[in-house]
Parts: sequence; structure tokens; C-alpha cells
Amino acid sequence: MPDLMFYLSQPFAQHALLAAAIVALICGIIGPFVIMRGMAFAVHGTSELAFTGASAGLLVGNPLAGALVGTVLFASIIGVLGVKERERDSAIGVMLAFGLGVGVLLLSFYHGFASQATNILFGNIFGVSDGQLLFLVIMGLVAFLVLAVMYRPLLFASVDPEVAEARGVSVKLVGIVFLIVLAFAVTEAAQIVGTLLVLSLAITPAAAALRLSSRPLSVILLSVAFALIASVGGLVMSLASGDIKPSVFITFISFGIYILVRLVTRRN
Amino acid sequence: MSSESLITIKDNTFRLDGRTLWSKLNLTVRPGEFVAVLGPNGAGKTTLLHGLLGLHQLAKGTVSVQGRAPKRGGGGIGYVPQQKTFDRDAPIRGRDLVALGLDGHKLGFAPRNKAHALRVDEVIREVGAAGYADQPIGLLSGGEQQRLRIAQSLLSKPKLLFCDEPLSSLDLKSQQSVSRLIDEYRKKTGAAVLFVTHDINPILDMVDRVLYLANGKWAIGTPDEVLTTESLSKLYGTPVDVVKVRGRILVVNAGEAVHHHVRTVHEGAQNA
Repeated sequence: MPDLMFYLSQPFAQHALLAAAIVALICGIIGPFVIMRGMAFAVHGTSELAFTGASAGLLVGNPLAGALVGTVLFASIIGVLGVKERERDSAIGVMLAFGLGVGVLLLSFYHGFASQATNILFGNIFGVSDGQLLFLVIMGLVAFLVLAVMYRPLLFASVDPEVAEARGVSVKLVGIVFLIVLAFAVTEAAQIVGTLLVLSLAITPAAAALRLSSRPLSVILLSVAFALIASVGGLVMSLASGDIKPSVFITFISFGIYILVRLVTRRN
Repeated sequence: MSSESLITIKDNTFRLDGRTLWSKLNLTVRPGEFVAVLGPNGAGKTTLLHGLLGLHQLAKGTVSVQGRAPKRGGGGIGYVPQQKTFDRDAPIRGRDLVALGLDGHKLGFAPRNKAHALRVDEVIREVGAAGYADQPIGLLSGGEQQRLRIAQSLLSKPKLLFCDEPLSSLDLKSQQSVSRLIDEYRKKTGAAVLFVTHDINPILDMVDRVLYLANGKWAIGTPDEVLTTESLSKLYGTPVDVVKVRGRILVVNAGEAVHHHVRTVHEGAQNA
């Protein structure tokens, strides 16, 4: 393993590990809320729009900023449009399909490196620059702070919206803010695993955690732990392997944890 | 508006989507009163409750709750919403749901608060839910979930308790125990109860007055005054029979099924 030790001492790998840890933290926290609120499809839709945004960003030389604009725009639209779950899902489906079409169109205008397109779809965390890393860290911190501040109203509005509303929680506002945080998380995750595999960090760890506990805080902590194991572990294995993308190992580890947890909790 | 009344409604008219749900409604609820809100589906029972909770606007100046205009999150009101079962994998225990009623609307993380935890314990014991409060809420029976909802609504020792169909989808035994719980709290604390239901029988011996909403009209009075063939036929605008069987009240549509929702309110067969 001399290669791995060498890589781990390099700034590019350390940056990537830091970014992976932040992404895991944010995705681990939002995951249980995504499931509670029945929003897995919204996560998928948002990440597809990260693709559209990143493709647009590519043309002007900044796919990360493009992805952020794409996801936040998309999240705001579904936040304002769809109040009911069913309405929301159909609105997401409509925009997801159109957004992907726009993304493909934008990519056909791009004549740079072909690998840039696959990087958007499957992630390229090792290529992250110092400036982008700073951007990711700040975005992650903002998302974390917002989640910490609205933790209780978000939980209340997610499990018991009627009483939450009567107690003075603006369920609609909480929903919109959560969608914006989701957009941040998806943008971050897309840098690591790519827009196609965001669910492997935003859903799978939470789905496993939900099978192990029914205390809100324990579920969140477990979900963060699983996401951390998957993202950091995936990066390290990718470094050790040489040329296989981290997203492959991340999806594998994340799925492996889920299967393991299912086996352990089978009797339920 | 008299200071001792907890709810005062004066000449209030409410329209929704071009339909008048009630017009010139007058209602005063005093401490310790148990008022049942009856009527067919869509008559506006829940709408009235939501209006008093401040979830939507009622005409200004005509409604006061605890001396003030209704305001969302105004506090002082315990609320048991229409029952909706929880997802089986909802990551929340009965105890967590109850605790959210205390501080779920506040921002930031909850610091460990011993007084809060003790109050949550106390209220869980009061409703007899101590045996299962630590289990995932999604795995509990409808009756158990409802007891925890009532615990949640009683946390802040409200002077007003709003219950929206709290007995629907419960078996007869749970219906009795859950309604008794609400009644005991009322008797102990002098709180007033506004109880929306489509079936008055489980709570018949607790109810002081009935507010009956139907067809954009309303009637108010004791059960004996309102639940009569004459008064309900007038409300519905069609012949309706009110029949008493072994102390239970049945409302039967005797007309040509103009209002299909005027159905038998209670089946005598269940009368065990």
C-alpha cells in the first residue's frame, strides 16, 4: 500500500477527503427527513437539475456554480408549486424530463474535454480546486447551520404537520427552506458521486439507519455515520485502486451497509 | 364580549369557494363546557375549528378566543387533529411526539431540560400510555396513537381543548376510554372542550351543548333540544328522523336521499 500512503499525503487527496466528509455530514442529516417527508423523488429531480446547471456552467467555465444555480432554482420552483405530495411529484417529473433535455442540448455546445461530461454525471472530486473546495466548505457549513437551527420545527412539520401548523410553525416555509438546503446538499454530493448517484448518499444511509432506531437523533447520527463510512471509505478505496472512480466504491459501500442492516433486522 | 367566556363568536358568516358554511353564527363557550360540533361531511366542522385556531381568517371583530382574535400558534389551546396514522418507519417514538407539543415550534436544538422531560413523563402517565410511549409511534394501534396525541395536547395544561374526530377509526372500547380521558381532563381543570364528531353517541353523556352545522345553517342547544326530528329536518330542509334506541341517538334520512351523508349515525348492532 505505499501508493495509498503517498496519495493520502497529497493536498489533492486531503482536499477530496475533507469535501467527502462535509458532504456525508450534510447528506446524512437530510436523509432521514427526505424519507420522512416522502421526498426521494425530489432528491433525484434536484440532482438531475444539477446536471443541467453544471452543463450550463461548463460553457462559462464554472460547472459547480452552474449546478448550484440549477438545483436552487429547481428547489424553489417545486417548493412554491407543489404543496401536496402527489402534485409535487408530477411537477418534479415534468421539470426533470425537460431539464435533462436542456442539459443534453447544452452539452452539445461544449467542445472541451469529453471527460467533463462524465465528471458531471459520475463525480470528480479529485479534480477539485482550492477555490471550489472553499466553496464546498462554506456551502456545507451554511446547510449545517440552517439544519441545526430549524431542527425541531423541521421534525415537527415532517411528522405532525397539522399540530405543528396550529402551534405556529409555518409548515410551508419550513418546506421551502428544507428544499433549498436539499439543493445545497445535492450540489455538494454531485461533486463527489456525480449527479446520477446522489441518492447513494442522500437516501441509502438514512434508509439503513431507519431500520436500526426510531429515535430521531439516533437515526440522524447513524445516517451520518453510514454516509461518512461510504464517502470517505469510497475515496480511500478509489485511491488504492488507481483508476476506478470513487462513486463506484461509495455506491457499493452504501448499498452494502443497507443490505447488512436489512439482514440483521430481518425478523422485523 | 364577556371576559369569562373562552370562545365568543358573534354574527360570524363564513364562505368557502362560493358556498356559505354558516351565516350569522353565535356561540359562546364557557370554562368547563363540553360542546360537540356535529354535522355531515363538508358542513364546515373542521373549518370552524381551524378558524378558531387561527389557521385561516374569520371575519374580523366577530370572533374572540380567550379574549383575543384567533392567532396561529397563540397557545393556550390543546389540539387533537383528525387522525392520520403514522408511517410504520417514522423515526419517532410516542414520547418524542408528545415532547414536540412542548417545544417543537422553537428554533435550535432542544437543550436537555429536566423539567420538560418530567412534564412529558407526567402527562404520558396521565393518559395511561407509559407502557408503550417508548415504542416507535408507527407500530402502535390507533387507540394508542390517539392517547399519545391527547397527551401531546394536554402538555401545556390548556384551558381549551379542540378535538377533531378523535374517535374515528377507533374500536368501541378505545372510543370510550379516549373520550373519558378528555372528559376527565375537563372536569379536573375546568377546561372547555370543542369536540368535532359525526357520531355523538360515545360522548352523549358528557356533552353539555351541541352545535349542529348543515346546509349552511346551524342550530345550537342541549342534545335534547337540537337532536330532534323537528330541528334537524329544519336544518337539512328535508325530512330527517331522530330515533332514540336504548339511550342512543340515531339520525335517519327519511326523505328521498337528498343528502346521502345523512346516514345512520350509529348502528344499533354495535350497542353492546
